[in-house]
Amino acid sequence: MSSPRTLFAIGMTGLTFLAAAIALLILVAILSYVVINGGSRVSLDLFTQLPPVAVIKTGGGFGNALIGTLMTVMIAVLLSVPFGILAAIYLSEFGRETLFSSIVDFLTNVLSGVPSIVVGVFAYGVIVTKTGFSLKLGFSAIAGGVALAVLMLPIVVRTAAEALESVPNDVRQAAIGLGATQFQTVFRIVLPAAIPSITTGVMLAVARAAGETAPLILTTLFGYSWINSLIAPPTPTLSVLVFNFATGPSRNQQQLAWAASLILVALVLITSLLSRLAIRRKV
Amino acid sequence: MSSDTKSSSPTETVLKTENASVYYGNFRALQGISLDIPKQQITALIGPSGCGKSTLLRCYNRLNDLVKGFRVEGKISYHGQDLYAPEIDPVELRRRIGMVFQKPNPFPKSIYDNIAFGPRLVGYKGDMDDLVERSLKQSALWDEVKDKLKQNGAALSGGQQQRLCIARAIAVQPDVILMDEPCSALDPISTLRIEDLLQELKQHYTIIIVTHNMQQASRVSDMTAFFNVEMTEKGGRVGHLVEYSETQRIFQSPTEKSTQEYVSGRFG
Repeated sequence: MSSPRTLFAIGMTGLTFLAAAIALLILVAILSYVVINGGSRVSLDLFTQLPPVAVIKTGGGFGNALIGTLMTVMIAVLLSVPFGILAAIYLSEFGRETLFSSIVDFLTNVLSGVPSIVVGVFAYGVIVTKTGFSLKLGFSAIAGGVALAVLMLPIVVRTAAEALESVPNDVRQAAIGLGATQFQTVFRIVLPAAIPSITTGVMLAVARAAGETAPLILTTLFGYSWINSLIAPPTPTLSVLVFNFATGPSRNQQQLAWAASLILVALVLITSLLSRLAIRRKV
Repeated sequence: MSSDTKSSSPTETVLKTENASVYYGNFRALQGISLDIPKQQITALIGPSGCGKSTLLRCYNRLNDLVKGFRVEGKISYHGQDLYAPEIDPVELRRRIGMVFQKPNPFPKSIYDNIAFGPRLVGYKGDMDDLVERSLKQSALWDEVKDKLKQNGAALSGGQQQRLCIARAIAVQPDVILMDEPCSALDPISTLRIEDLLQELKQHYTIIIVTHNMQQASRVSDMTAFFNVEMTEKGGRVGHLVEYSETQRIFQSPTEKSTQEYVSGRFG
């Protein structure tokens, strides 16, 4: 007969296994629910057709929202990645152990805790709205991109700074010892060595941004037609389409919301897989 | 300098250290060092841990500049030019005075790119393939890697990596090579290969080597400087130069008692 201590250990092992299994189960449940509800509507039409208004009973797609999501995320990437990586280079290389860099480091952490709806309101205030201190651009992909960029920035800065810091110091010394300036050391040795890990961080930030809804409701709004400008018209996105259609009365729109959820999950999954590949290449 | 040194002509001094003291903030690491490094010879710096021999080595290529609070008093000159004069650009200086580190530290790049890195920094115009080959031959690594120059340098064995680091240092055609315990992370056979290599290299370069291994110092060097630590009144530790002479003398008939004790393995 086993002692009580051994039984307790077996019991606790079982409990942790159960918790791990539940975590897996939740993901599987979400995925299968989305596939069951949205899978039937997946066809080429989704990518080529425009969203139907509520009175249309069948058909339609969300080609414009897919493009809108890709556009908005692309703008966010173009804004946050170069900026974020340069900031990370300052934090972990040029400005190491300065007061300014520790202040920026702290504020980056604060920024990552700001709720996305607040970021949305901010972007609405300074870019969208037609009154007061604002760029007065209206609802647009630019406005959405800026909001998402603000959300991505702390993630990019954090992961890039960590990636740079994990490059061993003796490699830096070797470059300096060969007569490299600090700039040459960072841009020719340290940054290339950190690129795989930085890529992972960027992918995670992209996955996070692609699914954001709250800030986009306030910045891109939604539309039923194709997008023909970065600034003028409201820009439909997948996440806002899900928000608008899922709870509406139209059965057709509800089905499209599920299909859009499926595509959104697939996009996030693909980015996660790509980031996995980026890490593997490093080893 | 006595007449029994191996070189025929009286040797020129490359690096002259005159009453140099080194501080990190308020901490004094080295005190009153005076030491002349002769051209195209191997000078070994030996002594117990914490005696400041690596610190002194890093003064010669101003790598200590990167350490917060570092400062040097006294004078260190390179071919008569004050190393710490304001007009000296440490980045330029480090091209003349190369360094090989304790732990092999190849860049995470191909073997070829590791060696081409230094020359490319200054926009080397010559034949890069030729320079890479020459550097690898000089560091006795060519035969082992000539078919895999595109492979990552980190895939080599520890001893090969260290020879790659030596080739990388040679490729910028320096005048002096500083070596900070270059064999301490290597097995005996790799160590022996590096020691043989040092004898080849001293035909062209002035070499200063820090080593914990007294046999190594006696095998490879022409001159040996013995450093020791002493306690200060305030309880700190400061390194100083005990004795500097031809290697043979240091190991066979040292003047100082502590040198005698150290080289005979009594402490350290």
